Amino acid sequence: MSPLLLSLVSGMFIGGAAGYLGSLMLSRRMALVAGPLGHLTLPGIALAILWGFDVSLGAFPFVILGVIVIWLLEMKTKLPMEALTALVFASGVAIAFLFLPIEQAEAALVGDISKAGVGDTALSVAASLAIIFAVKRTYPKLVLGNISEDLAASEGIDVKRYDLLYLFLIAVIVALGVKMVGGLLTAALVAIPPSAARNIGKSLRQYTLGAMAIGVGSAVLGIVLSRVTGLPAGPLIILVSTVIFVLTLRFVR
Amino acid sequence: MGKSRASLPLPLISVVGQPMANAAPAQEKPELRTNARVKMTMQHDEQVLQVLDLKVTLDGRVVVANLSFTVRQGEILTILGPNGAGKTVLLRTLLGTLPYEGSIKWKTGTRIGYVPQRLPYIRNIPLTVADFFALKRNAGNGVVEMLRAVGLGGDISMTLIGDLSSGQFQRVLIAWALAGDPDVLLFDEPTTGVDIGGEETVYALLARLHRERNLTMLIVTHDLAVVHRHSTTVLCLNQQPVCQGPPLSTLTPENLRRLYGSEVKFYEHRHE
Repeated sequence: MSPLLLSLVSGMFIGGAAGYLGSLMLSRRMALVAGPLGHLTLPGIALAILWGFDVSLGAFPFVILGVIVIWLLEMKTKLPMEALTALVFASGVAIAFLFLPIEQAEAALVGDISKAGVGDTALSVAASLAIIFAVKRTYPKLVLGNISEDLAASEGIDVKRYDLLYLFLIAVIVALGVKMVGGLLTAALVAIPPSAARNIGKSLRQYTLGAMAIGVGSAVLGIVLSRVTGLPAGPLIILVSTVIFVLTLRFVR
Repeated sequence: MGKSRASLPLPLISVVGQPMANAAPAQEKPELRTNARVKMTMQHDEQVLQVLDLKVTLDGRVVVANLSFTVRQGEILTILGPNGAGKTVLLRTLLGTLPYEGSIKWKTGTRIGYVPQRLPYIRNIPLTVADFFALKRNAGNGVVEMLRAVGLGGDISMTLIGDLSSGQFQRVLIAWALAGDPDVLLFDEPTTGVDIGGEETVYALLARLHRERNLTMLIVTHDLAVVHRHSTTVLCLNQQPVCQGPPLSTLTPENLRRLYGSEVKFYEHRHE
């Protein structure tokens, strides 16, 4: 299979899963959590690039570490998420640049999906499908928990337990996302498609399917544009979704 | 309120006031809750909730303390108190979302319906009324029927939650809480004054639901008229219980001064 086809397949699945999960994160104003987590993956990406293994595999342990750190810090300090974002973001970037040669930094910062092999494409597809499946199974409970912990409690839902699953899913999508758009842009991958879908959706179904479709569409269009222009795919994918968002603005009621 | 006065029922239930710090131990009754007829006959003496020596501390500050009370089947308990008295915190603690000391015992198998005061995050994503009901475990197909029961047309189910008026939204929340066929309804600050002429008020609606479904209700309010008209028992709360019992004998001028007046506070008022 050609590298273009492989990167398109990876992009479609990661973009779709990110949009779908992002639709859930938006309901809780948590879309930006993916930001600090993405930045925290930078040391892992740096290691993966230096030692030549899959970027997602390098990123994953660091993002899990990030989830635990943010979770603990929030419990301990009750600081607002923005403050923790700044702390975690800066540390991740700083550590990465201690040992990553600056000329190799581009792939870590903005991603590189053009060299996708069969193995890591299969990994991306499998992990994306797992995310979509897990989100679909738990969507009503998570949305209810996001709207109101009290309402969820009156339904007998243990919000804390689902929170952990939720953070784990975010960790997986960030690890996948950094391969496609890099450590700096992952937040946009989960934030922009659902934001655009929210502008046009008139029901939960339209909103979630819309977020997924916009995620898939942006990835495909971005990768094709990258092939045509020779510019990196990561920023193009994000910019395509931004353009779609701007186009949806005219439908805001 | 005036318009609906004629439709208000007399309290169906005999008043059961519990003296503070003298709560009866939990009664061990056999499970009877699936049979409505049996439930009706048991409503006078069946204890649904027992709270003993409850203390809730949030961020190092004591919000509720020394609170004991019981609620019996079919009772309408209003929780009255000034702003910041811990009324909402009490409801949330009863739901199990806040940590506490002391004991809260619901009768085994009690289904609780909760009507929150606000849901600020619900407008973050496009949810129709039908979508909102679909988030509930066993809402089933009775959504339209539930909406009718609270005085809304079935056609509202495709409307976005964000497009509802505040009165409609409150009714949707009530219908949502009722959809799980609860035994007990917890209601945080029902608001009035949003009803269009000819419609029953939220309180008349609650009174009707109480009558039709033999619901036990815990209603948080700071409206004295509501307490007098609609409740069998009142619990005056200002961080600690100030008074409790049947509204008429409990809400004496002296007790109200203790509840709202600044001279008799259990805790120093601190600006933090």
